[in-house]
Amino acid sequence: MNPRLAVWVVNGLLAGLAAVSVFPLLWMVSVSLMPAGASTTLPTPVLPPAVTLDNYRTLFGGVGMGRFVFNSLAIAVLATLISVSFNVMAGYAFAKLRFRGRDAIFKALLAALVIPGQVAMLPLFLMLKPLGLINTYGGAIVPAMASVFGIFVVRQFARGIPDDLLEAARIDGASEFRIFLTIVVPLLTPVLVTLAVFSFLGSWNDFMWPLIVLTDDALHTLPVALAGLSREHVQDNELMMAGSVVTVLPVLVLFLALQRHYMAGLMAGGVKG
Amino acid sequence: MTRSGIVGWTLAAPALVVIAVFFALPVVIGLALSLTDFDLYALADLSTSRFVGLDNYLRLLQTPLFWQALGNTLYFVAVGVPLSIGLSLAAALLLNARVAKWQAFFRTALFAPVVTTVVAVAVIWRYLLHTRYGLVNHALATLGIDPIDWLGDPHWSMPAIILFATWKNFGYNMVILLAALQAVPRELYESARVDGAGTLRQFTDVTFPLLTPTLVMVGIMTVAGYFQLFAEPYVMTQGGPLRSTVSVLYFMYEEGFRWWNLGFASAVAFVLFLIIFTVSAGLWRFDRDPAASRP
Amino acid sequence: MRLRELGRGSRRNALQRLGAAAALLTLGGCGRRDSPEGPLNFWAMGREAEVVAELLPAFHARHPDIRVHVQQLPWTAAHEKLLTAYAGDSLPDLCQLGNTWLPELTALDALEPLDQRVDASAIARDDYFAGILDTNVMPTPAGNRLFGVPWYVDTRVLFYRSDLLRAAGHPTPPQSWAEWLAAMRAIRQRDARSYGVLLPLNEPDPLFALALQQGALLSDDDTRGAFAQPPFRRALGFYAGIFAERLAPAMTNAQIANVWDEFARGLFAFYVSGPWNIGEFRRRLPRERQGDWATAPLPGPDGPGVSTAGGSSLVIFKRSQKKAAAWQLIEFLSDPATMQRFHALTGNLPPRRSAWRSPELAADVPSRAFASQLERVRAAPKLPEWERIFQEMQYAAARVVQRTQGIDAATTELDASVDALLEKRRWLRTRAAASPR
Repeated sequence: MNPRLAVWVVNGLLAGLAAVSVFPLLWMVSVSLMPAGASTTLPTPVLPPAVTLDNYRTLFGGVGMGRFVFNSLAIAVLATLISVSFNVMAGYAFAKLRFRGRDAIFKALLAALVIPGQVAMLPLFLMLKPLGLINTYGGAIVPAMASVFGIFVVRQFARGIPDDLLEAARIDGASEFRIFLTIVVPLLTPVLVTLAVFSFLGSWNDFMWPLIVLTDDALHTLPVALAGLSREHVQDNELMMAGSVVTVLPVLVLFLALQRHYMAGLMAGGVKG
Repeated sequence: MTRSGIVGWTLAAPALVVIAVFFALPVVIGLALSLTDFDLYALADLSTSRFVGLDNYLRLLQTPLFWQALGNTLYFVAVGVPLSIGLSLAAALLLNARVAKWQAFFRTALFAPVVTTVVAVAVIWRYLLHTRYGLVNHALATLGIDPIDWLGDPHWSMPAIILFATWKNFGYNMVILLAALQAVPRELYESARVDGAGTLRQFTDVTFPLLTPTLVMVGIMTVAGYFQLFAEPYVMTQGGPLRSTVSVLYFMYEEGFRWWNLGFASAVAFVLFLIIFTVSAGLWRFDRDPAASRP
Repeated sequence: MRLRELGRGSRRNALQRLGAAAALLTLGGCGRRDSPEGPLNFWAMGREAEVVAELLPAFHARHPDIRVHVQQLPWTAAHEKLLTAYAGDSLPDLCQLGNTWLPELTALDALEPLDQRVDASAIARDDYFAGILDTNVMPTPAGNRLFGVPWYVDTRVLFYRSDLLRAAGHPTPPQSWAEWLAAMRAIRQRDARSYGVLLPLNEPDPLFALALQQGALLSDDDTRGAFAQPPFRRALGFYAGIFAERLAPAMTNAQIANVWDEFARGLFAFYVSGPWNIGEFRRRLPRERQGDWATAPLPGPDGPGVSTAGGSSLVIFKRSQKKAAAWQLIEFLSDPATMQRFHALTGNLPPRRSAWRSPELAADVPSRAFASQLERVRAAPKLPEWERIFQEMQYAAARVVQRTQGIDAATTELDASVDALLEKRRWLRTRAAASPR
């Protein structure tokens, strides 16, 4: 193909795809700034006829969105802290420490990846009831406290740590825990960040489990609250869009800031050969 | 046990305990539940539940709505997966082209929908797909196409959900395929071009064979993920209109959390698992790459 | 090296502290509200939840020590939320409950019997419409008990465009099925673009009302389906016939962009709906249309027919730790004056005859059809599985309307699935009959 034409075609197509990808998100912001009822007029406006923050005021005032933001944030942060800690410890153990049954257990974990999480949802719900964790932050966090995927990614990364580094520290008389904390964790920092981003995103965006386990509306996370609102306020587009903005913006910002780590993790987990 | 052995267990223990107690154990209990008729009555009085063996599974096979849900899900997978992977591959090829500019910017823009919350963007798309005020129908109108009742017409509801799911997910596989494309040595393309191969031949002879392992893996992950369709019908259509968007997982959710037939719903969950497992195993056969069996 | 070690140590400490905090939060069950000192948890649905907030200041004036937290549930998710809350032991203190859901919750033994509280209070049982109060009475091993206090009543009547009807040669609303068909045919003949009636395919109530007019839907002491029997078949035949003659559009309510706009535009002349639409019609129809609509009781096979005995009750949950306070709120909401205010705000009709004597209600013309209809209501079968059977009935009807199945096949399949749904109930009955009591 003519190279000049190729440049236009390729970049044109990319621009078109990018526009389609991003437009709904931009429109979401635009509608959230429109006065109530403006988006259900013909022709449907793309830009707000008049910019107003009323929808956000209603959202945080009447609907009490602030509470849901806090719930999402608290649950995501707690889940991330716990799961990163647990996954890093286990990932390193599987990579570098020999203990009885290590390989067999790891194979079993890989096999578990095939089982969809929803199989465990109903019984988990029944199990949490006597533990008193239904309708609590704990109930929402508990299934996310460790993940096979996280352990796998850490293990892959940790295998790259040179054994002589660890041996030298052992010869110097350092305890295994000391080695883990002072040598291994700093070396694993990139994968820690990746894991943290994955975990935070996963928890923030999680829908089905918080829907099931959090019944009190004061505990609802943003996706659950938004789903409830969308059933109740079918007519109020602008309010719904404002709710979507509040739900989506934090993770978009987080992603934009840390995308290099996120992509690195994806590719490390994904590419073969 | 050696010192490293004790430390190994201690470090691995928290994660393993969590996975054992909050995943493995529920799965086993779920299997047990699926062999009983645990339901609303049993919730109040456990003595009313009975062991029914494989009855739930047999009853499931005789439930028309289950077959409809399965059909809807298969429709979603059969059309959605090739569409999504095809678009991901096309986008990855475009990004990988030597003439592509602003690669980082485009990659970010195309990936952005992946990180958004399904519920939030489903709400956006519900309005974009509105029959009268939706911009999708406006765009179709400029092409001279009559407005389509995307979410109200049973024939268009699943295509609407497929469209939405493709938009949301294609960036994920695109990044993985892009990384695989970038791993292909440029020398191979050089030698192919020296041999007289055009762009298309370069793709079929150089790119595609090397890409196959990644494609298979991406295919399996996407298929497994698409079988677990739930959030989109829940937010956009509530399984309607006239149950045309009830997926297997949505059916399980209704049976389990709307009608409280927990035994029956557990059977649905296991059947779904078996289906995903079988299909994934079948797709795995395509991957004859010896590098697959790594330690 | 030392500085880095310090950094490591403090990070570890920070992690430990956070971990402890996390443990405390999770163990503490952050968010639990059911301690006796907390506010009264009241779950209400839809518009009623919004309105209750306006009634609360008067309640606080009388009971300054009781705080009420109202949680609004959308109707589409309320049923599952209630049962999830039951399973998860996180039910509120009291809630608004659709009266067709009472059998389910009493089967779960989740509700507190209210007979003694009612008898000790100023609430007079015979002031309530008998059929409505009856929907709150459930059998228990110790005899019949009252489990809910009716809050508002709901039934289905005809809303219609009186001007279109008159122009088509029918000055009075139809009183029998035959008259109704004739009126709809006449309207369609006048204008081929308009339909006679809107019957959304995903709303079971109109078909259910027609079915109630014909006879029983379950047999064998409510343990087997009787949908393949002549009574329901007649009702379904009439219902499906309306669609077959193109007197109703085969659509769900999601496909109608805006019901009120379409009614104002004359897309359909009849609409089977409930009391809330009196207020909605007044609010949403353009002013020039306000004189063109009216209500009438449902026509039956041979004359004015029965309709559904719906509505919501107020119930107290057995596991509540604030039952006395919850009862105070129920008493307040059951006061005729409060009921009249409630009616003014929502259009929901009071279940107490004394509340009907307000000048407002007496003067309200559209409400008269409801007053008349409420004397002719029949309750739904009182069993926990009813909600599900109700949905299945509508799915079968939708299949018939869309011609994917004939009436014979659809009703036989419906009976088969209903029998399957009721299998547990049958087994429990035989087990109870077999065991000595």
